Amino acid sequence: MREKIEEAAARYPDQRSAIMPALLIAQREHGHLPGPVLEEVADILGVERIWVYELATFYTLFHTEPVGMFHLQLCDNVSCMLCRSEDLLRHLEEVLGIKNGGTTPDGLFTLSTVECLGACEMAPVMQVGDDYHGDLDITRIDALLDRLRAAAEQVPGPDLAPAALAGE
Amino acid sequence: MFEPVLLRNVDVPDGHLLSTYEAGGGYQALTKALREHTPDEVIDLVKKSNLRGRGGAGFPTGAKWSFVPKRAGKPKYLCCNADEGEPGTFKDRIIMERDPHQLIEGMAISAYAIGAETAYVYIRGEYTLAICRLERAIAEAHAKGYLGTRILGSNFSFVVHVHCGAGAYICGEETAMLDSLEGKRAQPRLKPPFPAVEGLYASPTVINNVETLACVPHIVERGPDWFRGIGPDKSPGPKLYCLSGQVRKPGLYELPMGIPLRELVEDCAGGPLPGRKLKAVIPGGVSAPLIPERGLDVRMDFDSLAAAGSMLGSAGVIVIDDSTCVVKVATRIIEFFHHESCGKCTPCREGLNWVVKVLRRVEAGQGALGDLEQLEALCKGIFGNTFCALGDGAAMGLRAALAHFEHEFVAHIEERRCPFH
Repeated sequence: MREKIEEAAARYPDQRSAIMPALLIAQREHGHLPGPVLEEVADILGVERIWVYELATFYTLFHTEPVGMFHLQLCDNVSCMLCRSEDLLRHLEEVLGIKNGGTTPDGLFTLSTVECLGACEMAPVMQVGDDYHGDLDITRIDALLDRLRAAAEQVPGPDLAPAALAGE
Repeated sequence: MFEPVLLRNVDVPDGHLLSTYEAGGGYQALTKALREHTPDEVIDLVKKSNLRGRGGAGFPTGAKWSFVPKRAGKPKYLCCNADEGEPGTFKDRIIMERDPHQLIEGMAISAYAIGAETAYVYIRGEYTLAICRLERAIAEAHAKGYLGTRILGSNFSFVVHVHCGAGAYICGEETAMLDSLEGKRAQPRLKPPFPAVEGLYASPTVINNVETLACVPHIVERGPDWFRGIGPDKSPGPKLYCLSGQVRKPGLYELPMGIPLRELVEDCAGGPLPGRKLKAVIPGGVSAPLIPERGLDVRMDFDSLAAAGSMLGSAGVIVIDDSTCVVKVATRIIEFFHHESCGKCTPCREGLNWVVKVLRRVEAGQGALGDLEQLEALCKGIFGNTFCALGDGAAMGLRAALAHFEHEFVAHIEERRCPFH
């Protein structure tokens, strides 16, 4: 992590600018950003810890709490809403047995609605890890969940969530 | 038939690779700019072309560049706004995913014009494929000498860095973007000083949108008169339109500026879904006031849409049909702005919170007639009273929905339910 963060920091004349890239690197490595990781980032960059905390809590892509191995981020902004994203949300809540914002007990899935993903041409759209899945309907959602479950079975332990993401 | 300019490579196999871009004449414009023009001449070309910023505000690009002091005593920066968070907009993503060298060439020419040696592309963190392709393209351009030191044997040196955002719509506002790039929470700055004088790290900075920068190589290559000959003289050029919502063929379309909105929706995008009728269209992302069906003959350029009480914005065209409740759409839009308000200005932060509450109860059939006056009063309290345009966009959009579809709001209140459910 240190090496990657230092490499990113070299792009800026001010170390403070490197906090955001450093947090993205740290989150990829750890899955989320608990306090000790934020402190490590601050120490690597030699910046105030409060600066790191305030960014980790301001920007929505940073998670200070753990998220599931697969973070299902369903867009429910206007274009997706007009293409019935609400039906997909209801379906996902039902089949996963969780509410929007929740994580399944096995730690496999976290479900969140998100603001516009910038892929309205394929609305309704959902981001899972690094990938966009568009033109979704209930059949496609079910097939996607099956694929994700199968992918999770290839991974030996629950601690390897970041490895699964990196392999996508 | 309009021949695509900005999208000419997007459907070419491997359009994102340098070899493909070069085979189509790529980087010839950079070569021409460096060999045949001084930086001031490039600024003049862009001024003469009447290119206006494609991010939403429509500010003349050449004029923006000319505000950068010639002798600053500090490094100058170019920032590419690739944050693209305006709901209904996806044009910049497609350029970066499928033709990133067009953007890189545009940045190199623009940086040469303003005297910048460093650029940051502020790209939204969700766009992982675009980030990956752009980084690869930057590396390719470096290896081929289109970026780096003494580019193509000139005295011009220039590097591009990718800076990933982390999910905040406000970063699309240029001064909030600068704060974010400096490692702070993204909140807009008071202007003046304008970024051209005091921007990133208090240095002269130009911030241009992806599509704006992608226009630059074509202006250098084919000349300002060619560019100005496309569409209306004061708002010219090829334009990317993002069609989405309740329409048969959603997608990205490139056509001249100034084409009628109706043509775009009905001819290009195939019109409403089977059995449905058009009700309204949001022409430029959710910050742009919606236009009811009877107004669709308006032309899609900055001035025509402003005259019609809306705006071109990001040209995110969202089509709404007669099955949809306008109160629900308006509520969703305000919920978005409320969620994305950075919290700096009280009218936006508190006002939108209040508007959301009123709209939700109206939509749920629990509103009172006084609620509509309340909404109007809240819009008045927000509009013009904030540092940036986020609150203005929210207020303008809601006012348009109230003005054109008052009967739907009233029906919710009188029938004590949503008539569409």
